[in-house]
Amino acid sequence: MSVFDYKKDEDGIVTITMDMTGPVNAVNDEYNKVMAETVDRLEAEDGLRGVIFASAKKTFFAGGDLNVLLAAEAGSEAQLFDDVQLGKQFLRRLEKLPVPVVAAINGAALGGGYELSLACNRRIIWDNKGVEIGLPEVGLGLLPGAGGVVRLTNLLGLEKAMPFLLEGKKVRGAKAVEAGLVNEAVATLEELLPRARAWILESDPETASVQPWDQKGYKIPGGNIWAPKMGQTVIVAPHMLKAKTRGLMPAPERILETAVEAITIGFDAALTVESRRFVSLVTSPQAKNMINTLFFQLNQVNGGASRPKGVEPTKVSKLGIIGAGMMGQGIAYVAAMQGIEVVLKDVSMDGAEKGKAYSEKLLDKAISRGRSTEEKKAALLGLIKPTDNNDDLKGCDLIIEAVFEDMGLKDKIVKSTEDQLAENGVWASNTSTLPITRLASAASKPENFIGMHFFSPVDKMPLVEIICGEQTNDETLAKAFDLVRQIKKTPIVVNDSLGFYTSRTFGAQLSEAAQMVAEGVNPMRVDNLGKANGMPVGPLTMNDEVSQRLYVEIHDSQLKSGLLKPEDEPRTVGWDMLGDMVHKYNRGGRHHGDGGYYTYTKEGKRIWPKLIELYQNQDIDAAIPDQDIKDRLLFSCVLEALKCMQEGVLRTVADGNIGSIFGIGAPPWTGGYIQFVNTYGLQKFVDRCDELASRYGDHLKAPSIVKEKIEAGEVFA
Amino acid sequence: MAEAYIYEAVRTPRTPGKQTGALHEVKPIELGATLLREIQDRHDFDTSYVDDVMMGCTGPVGEQGGDVAKTIALHAGWDESIPGVQMDRYCASSLDAVNSAAQNILSGWNNLIVAGGVESMSRVPMGIGGGAIMGDPQFAMAHNSVPQGISADLVATLAGHSRDDVDEYALESQRRAAHAQDNGYFDKSVVPVKDENGLLIADKDAYIKRDTSAQRLASLNPAFAQMGALGMDEHVLQKFPQLQEINHVHTPGNSSGIVDGASAVLIGNEKAGADLGLTPRGRIVAGAVVASDPTLMFHGPAPASRKCLEIAGLQASDINLWELNEAFATAVLKYMEDMNLEHEQINVNGGAIALGHPLGATGAVLVSTMLDELERRNEKRAMLSLCAAGGMGIATIIERI
Repeated sequence: MSVFDYKKDEDGIVTITMDMTGPVNAVNDEYNKVMAETVDRLEAEDGLRGVIFASAKKTFFAGGDLNVLLAAEAGSEAQLFDDVQLGKQFLRRLEKLPVPVVAAINGAALGGGYELSLACNRRIIWDNKGVEIGLPEVGLGLLPGAGGVVRLTNLLGLEKAMPFLLEGKKVRGAKAVEAGLVNEAVATLEELLPRARAWILESDPETASVQPWDQKGYKIPGGNIWAPKMGQTVIVAPHMLKAKTRGLMPAPERILETAVEAITIGFDAALTVESRRFVSLVTSPQAKNMINTLFFQLNQVNGGASRPKGVEPTKVSKLGIIGAGMMGQGIAYVAAMQGIEVVLKDVSMDGAEKGKAYSEKLLDKAISRGRSTEEKKAALLGLIKPTDNNDDLKGCDLIIEAVFEDMGLKDKIVKSTEDQLAENGVWASNTSTLPITRLASAASKPENFIGMHFFSPVDKMPLVEIICGEQTNDETLAKAFDLVRQIKKTPIVVNDSLGFYTSRTFGAQLSEAAQMVAEGVNPMRVDNLGKANGMPVGPLTMNDEVSQRLYVEIHDSQLKSGLLKPEDEPRTVGWDMLGDMVHKYNRGGRHHGDGGYYTYTKEGKRIWPKLIELYQNQDIDAAIPDQDIKDRLLFSCVLEALKCMQEGVLRTVADGNIGSIFGIGAPPWTGGYIQFVNTYGLQKFVDRCDELASRYGDHLKAPSIVKEKIEAGEVFA
Repeated sequence: MAEAYIYEAVRTPRTPGKQTGALHEVKPIELGATLLREIQDRHDFDTSYVDDVMMGCTGPVGEQGGDVAKTIALHAGWDESIPGVQMDRYCASSLDAVNSAAQNILSGWNNLIVAGGVESMSRVPMGIGGGAIMGDPQFAMAHNSVPQGISADLVATLAGHSRDDVDEYALESQRRAAHAQDNGYFDKSVVPVKDENGLLIADKDAYIKRDTSAQRLASLNPAFAQMGALGMDEHVLQKFPQLQEINHVHTPGNSSGIVDGASAVLIGNEKAGADLGLTPRGRIVAGAVVASDPTLMFHGPAPASRKCLEIAGLQASDINLWELNEAFATAVLKYMEDMNLEHEQINVNGGAIALGHPLGATGAVLVSTMLDELERRNEKRAMLSLCAAGGMGIATIIERI
């Protein structure tokens, strides 16, 4: 039997049930062969009344083979182009059959799967939670290359197609019908195929077999390029997009260009343009980076590559949280969301109640947006028990301590509370700066002690950095890892170090920014060029938000305690400046003094005038090119991540990349702070570091691990 | 003496100006930029030396609108200091750009200019920009202003060109174009158009109908009879009472082809050549533009050519090769009669009937076609001419160096 089971019934309807060799139906050599045979056969079929595409898998159809795309290198453009064009021909021939073709969408149809259904005359979807449709290619630095851009733009019009193409928005069920992505939805899987057959039988094959864009005089919704309103749309759209991409993401730009071609030129020519743009993206470093990290490495990380093998899966049923502040209350919410019983303990009942109220606030907001219900809210709040009593923590499988970054306080809490844990329970500290090995020394079972570094706001940030102390054992790590997966977050696992991986890497950029400002560079340039790298906000704005005061206090205390030695921080003028800002001028940050680098008023923010007066130097500022500022900021993070790799703080490249994008705002186009070096070119990176180091200091030199990789002929994988 | 040298002359392939044409997928600014990049690649000069980019375009709306020449210069990656101007003298636009550039150089105001044209007729359909010449009823009625096809049939009727005459001319145009293409006469100047991946989109003129024949041409229906029957025939006949009727001899087979294409010529003075190390291939000897009866529309080239000869101080016998844009077969036949030319002297490699007429780009196409042919034949001078709406005619004499 073929992997495309071909059955013709007594009414002349052919049902093609896709059941390919792999776990999913996908575009690969097998597909190209079987699709060619299928289309040939359909074209030659006598007495054909209609065609139904169905799937025997849980998903409808998955799309392109990312392994192939990732492996495609410069020079393979001609082959890629031919392959993409071939795939398009199948779909074009399919939609030109003289009979109606239906996609019976029983499972997820994302990317290529949805593109296949766009080439059908009718799309019928099973209204079910798992049956999502959409074109998420943009998230991997690609565009839908099997007609998705052209067909969706023709179907919905330029404006309505944009969110699905540029943001990769997914929809399902009734919402998909409403949005016009599918024609109808059925409530049960059993109704799907009968409904597809019924539609074919009730339709007029003459009209139902012709795609809208192949109908004479078809008007694209919203008009084509010559429509007066469209003139305005195409003038504004590129700016709206570039404001977001900052020129760093080629995929959405190519998508917009292709969509505009789709309303400008003939359908087939537009399909060809789409193929060309697709090929140009496949070979781009941005796509390589994003496919590598946001698909393969993310799957690797979430799939448990850093979880110890041979430890049985665990589940937390009762979670203790000590400290109902910003972090504690956020953790309580995300845990309760997954049905975990939570004990939220604070020094006062009032504090604990406030922590629980945070969940109530989030749920009320969700209800007002139609994303939750009063019943769900009641159930969730019922899972969170606020308390000021340690005894309520009795029997917790895992306790997360989330109090102030005060070693003494943390020690005291461990000692007074650890015996409440269930047998062999895990104690986790949500510290972002204090060494886990040292904190674990206060525990009676340091092997059961681990760091779980959440990011704020917890309900939005997808990452948890798990930190193993010297004595942390595999079971403890596995339990922490499983909890992170249980609350639907992404765990990376690192070894103990000052600032672990994320805080340390995040801080490097802020220090480098401070260093540049103190050297005399215009602070506006430093902040804006950091943003130009693709950071969510510039480094000075970021430092104002996280507070120079906290930053300096932590730094000072680390120096005092000997955790940090003066020679460990080469950016001396920067740190001197930060010290002066905090101690002399009360510039402790936006919320910690009279402002930070910026002064904040109702009218907005403006650079603190005294900063310019004290530090800006016209000659220095004129001498440093924009590219040097950009590279110093980006490379600082990359270099720190590489050092973490070299020192063994990072255990895997994947953890380093995922951690940087999901935790500390590394620009997705880089593929993470380590992957960045792969597509930048290792030797080129070392050379550029040398150049920067010769101008601005040795701290910008590449660590030896890069040279080792070059010598071994490897990249960071 | 100041000279306007031709340092380079290139053009894109011309492909059918419809959705199935190879260049339909290529934006007009990309067509133009392809040529600018090619000129820079061939001679490797600092583009900031260029003083201006002058581009003909008769449909300057939509993506071809808003001074497409300046947009092309930037799109090509040329220095931001280079200005650009879009010029429209209907079908004479890009030869007018060439003449204007030459005048400009000869005046001493500028040293180096790109002159050319661009027209994507598949993406910006002919006539979409409107215009009072056809679209203002008052004007159209006052000036017996009719579409070109009606004018062409009128000219043929007045000149006594039969259907056989124009078809015979068309067949020879096809034969010559195919022969020239087969023998690589166009290879030097036709620049391949590639996509962003370096993959080829088109590298050969694709409008040529190699399978045509006298019978096939004869079988085609007149293209403008229906339009004429709407009242246009009667309207123009009011101006020509000596005629009983208009003989609709023109068909898609003996009229110029609707195509997409672009052209560019690098024109500069001696100093530019010396500064950039460029070797002149030819020079612009003289140029002229005139207008004649707007209803007849195709009577302009002969007076323009005569004026051009006069400006140059030359006789018709000083011209080795003649080139008149094949807007319609009758236009060339009429020009041959007016200028007393044999078919062997004119349009030796075929013309727009076989190769297509990308309106605003055609004039400068003729520069590269003729310069290549002068070089190939080791001849000296060529006269280039086009007719244009409004009864205009343009002419340029070029000389090989």
